Amino acid sequence: MKAGFTRFARNRMALFGAAVLLCLLLLVLFTPVIYPDNPFKLAGPALQPPGGRFLLGTDTLGRDIAAEIAYGARTSLIIGVGATFVAIVLGAVAGGVAGYYRGATETVLMRITEFFQTIPAFIFALLIVAILSPSVSSEIIAIAAVSWPSIARLVRGEFVSLGGREFVQASASLGASDARIIFHHMLPNCASSIIAVGSLLIGTAILLEAGLAFLGLGDPNVMSWGLIISAGRAVLRSAWWICTFPGIAILLTVLGINLVGDGLNEALNPRLRER
Amino acid sequence: MSETVLELEKLTIALPPGADRANAVSDVDLVLRAGKVTCLIGESGSGKSLVARSILGLLPRPHVRVGSGRILFEGQDLAVAPQNNMRVIRGAKIGMIFQEPMTALNPLHTIGRQLDEVLRIHTQLGKTARRARVLELIDSVHLPEPGRIIRSYPHQLSGGQRQRAMIAMALLLSPRLLIADEPTTALDVTTQAQILYLIRELQREHRTSVLFITHDFGVVADIADEVAVLQRGTLVERGTAAAVLGAPGHPYTRALIAAMPKLVPPPARPANVQPFIVEARDIAKTYGTRSMFGGRVTPALAGVTIELRRGETLGVVGESGSGKSTLARAVTRLLPIDSGEILLDGADIAQLSRRQLRPIRKRVQMVFQDPYASLDPRQRIIDIIAEGPVIHGTLPAKAREEAQTLLGLVGLDPSAAQRFPHEFSGGQRQRIGIARALALHPEVLIADEPVSALDVSVQAQILALLADIKARLHLSMLFVTHDLRVALQVCDRIAVMKHGEVVEVAPTNDIFFNPQHAYTKALFMAVPGGTWQDRQDWKAPPERIGRKP
Repeated sequence: MKAGFTRFARNRMALFGAAVLLCLLLLVLFTPVIYPDNPFKLAGPALQPPGGRFLLGTDTLGRDIAAEIAYGARTSLIIGVGATFVAIVLGAVAGGVAGYYRGATETVLMRITEFFQTIPAFIFALLIVAILSPSVSSEIIAIAAVSWPSIARLVRGEFVSLGGREFVQASASLGASDARIIFHHMLPNCASSIIAVGSLLIGTAILLEAGLAFLGLGDPNVMSWGLIISAGRAVLRSAWWICTFPGIAILLTVLGINLVGDGLNEALNPRLRER
Repeated sequence: MSETVLELEKLTIALPPGADRANAVSDVDLVLRAGKVTCLIGESGSGKSLVARSILGLLPRPHVRVGSGRILFEGQDLAVAPQNNMRVIRGAKIGMIFQEPMTALNPLHTIGRQLDEVLRIHTQLGKTARRARVLELIDSVHLPEPGRIIRSYPHQLSGGQRQRAMIAMALLLSPRLLIADEPTTALDVTTQAQILYLIRELQREHRTSVLFITHDFGVVADIADEVAVLQRGTLVERGTAAAVLGAPGHPYTRALIAAMPKLVPPPARPANVQPFIVEARDIAKTYGTRSMFGGRVTPALAGVTIELRRGETLGVVGESGSGKSTLARAVTRLLPIDSGEILLDGADIAQLSRRQLRPIRKRVQMVFQDPYASLDPRQRIIDIIAEGPVIHGTLPAKAREEAQTLLGLVGLDPSAAQRFPHEFSGGQRQRIGIARALALHPEVLIADEPVSALDVSVQAQILALLADIKARLHLSMLFVTHDLRVALQVCDRIAVMKHGEVVEVAPTNDIFFNPQHAYTKALFMAVPGGTWQDRQDWKAPPERIGRKP
């Protein structure tokens, strides 16, 4: 693990990504201090350009865009991390059970996984949110529902290849139960792949969330980047700053997460190391 | 003295910073002569394969490169030759055979096409001429029905046939030098003997110079004219085969020769009259599934009966595919069997459920073949050894304490406890594997090729450890191996397996002096270096290599 950290630190781009994420995290932590007011509150005149009294200007209703972005960052992170966590748990269980027991169990579980994969992710997520009514939790459910198949397939593959390894057989010959073999031996040995793929999944989840909010399927009571863009798209040509700054925020966050994810993948995945 | 084909002058191959030593090999001087077989022998990590690769310019650059020295071939220094020149030399003037023919051949092309490609690249021959040449070579490596072979894909041939095809490919352009990197290591002994014979025969016919890389002194005895011994990157001894094998000068060479398992009469052992502890009665096991698309079915065990007495070591000897590993896994109940009985102390355990098996697991333990794959890379040594007792209800603290004692028993330092498997060598890992098996205080130890992945000098230590532990703890042992020499050394009785059946079971002495079954006799004939060891004094290259196996 320590060697993995050194390898990660050698990757400049990954370090840059980590720095971006660290800034984002600090912003989220200190939002209540910097902007104590509700971001939905009208702070000043409408459509103020950036650089004046308001750092990033105001939107069509006179809300402070900087404050909106700060609060939106919290939403994006909660949904991104939450949905990824749910997806990993679901995917690891489905993939793990399929890869460990093989046979009919595997066939059934993997066909279900493939069924989920055949539906276009964004449209499926839209459908779920529309059914569950827009809220943060339904967004998490929807995004997790479209993200878990990739984790399931990954974990299944790892389990299948680990299952034939002698240390797993050795454990079985000691009399270990299935649960012990799965949780003590197999999961720790594919943790690095799960972390690497999971970190990339957070970026995708944030994009999906922004997309849902843009189409008006975000939680209307919670500020989010997609919501700001959605509100500003009507005045895109006259007040460019409303859409631009949250757009840059999304770009930087997803880029940072992808860079970190790639760095982790390279550092933890020995097969890519020599490239 | 015949002419020099290739000369290594003070060859040094540099490793990247951070490797366990600065140079893979340093200052290696070696002369390869026409019509001679030079064996480069060394243990794993000695740098022997890198020497072979450096000649062909196939080092994994930029990490590993020739640091200094020259590789002189036909007046050219290959160490600094541009890649374009190397492409002409590779194949055309220097041929190469690899250890694993399956990975060296393209699985998507037929054998004929792959051989033809070599000729197409390097010669101006027309289609008919190329085909004639390919068929001629296929015939010269004694592959049956050349016309059928050239239409076959690599997976349709056996390991020995694939290696023959590789040899044909390497010799297509009549190279002056043939480099063979452990070409027989992945093969069964009987096949190995045939391939060695073939290389010898072709090399004499074409007066090719051969650089033969190996770790086995038996193979050296069978094939070498000249021998060079490599120890951790340094050439410690070189000379004619007779000189090096007959009167080794360097202590390392002597140690290697002493450590290799010998084909010598086993010590007389008193007959064991204890009751049976494990009896396998007529067990059968078939691999493959009958699905709705048909599917292939391979019988691995076809009604095997085997009996292990208390306190006895029973060897199971066979080549790959004989079912010996399946037998070991069946007896430990790691694999379900299709039919038959497995009696442990008279009670049938073949049909027990996993829950019922738990108490049985304590009594029968297994040592695995591959010390690199049999330890969980994410666990500390102490937890690996203590796992068994913890599963069976011992308090973790107490189990760890016992594990610590076991480390001493298998000859490891107590400080090993807190480390991870990757910090240990193959031999040390195998000791850890043995300690794990012993942690449950088993009555029966099943060892599945416990030393076949280890260097000879380490092999000897692990075999001694197993023998010592077995005697001290009064264990009964089922010892599975492909190496008859090892089996003779450690076993009281030997069962010879072929194609899923036991063809002969007898006390070790009877097997050695009076093998009954033709297959057992063939196994003895095929032991590399057998003739050399029969006669204590080494003379000329043995006659038996001239005899067609």
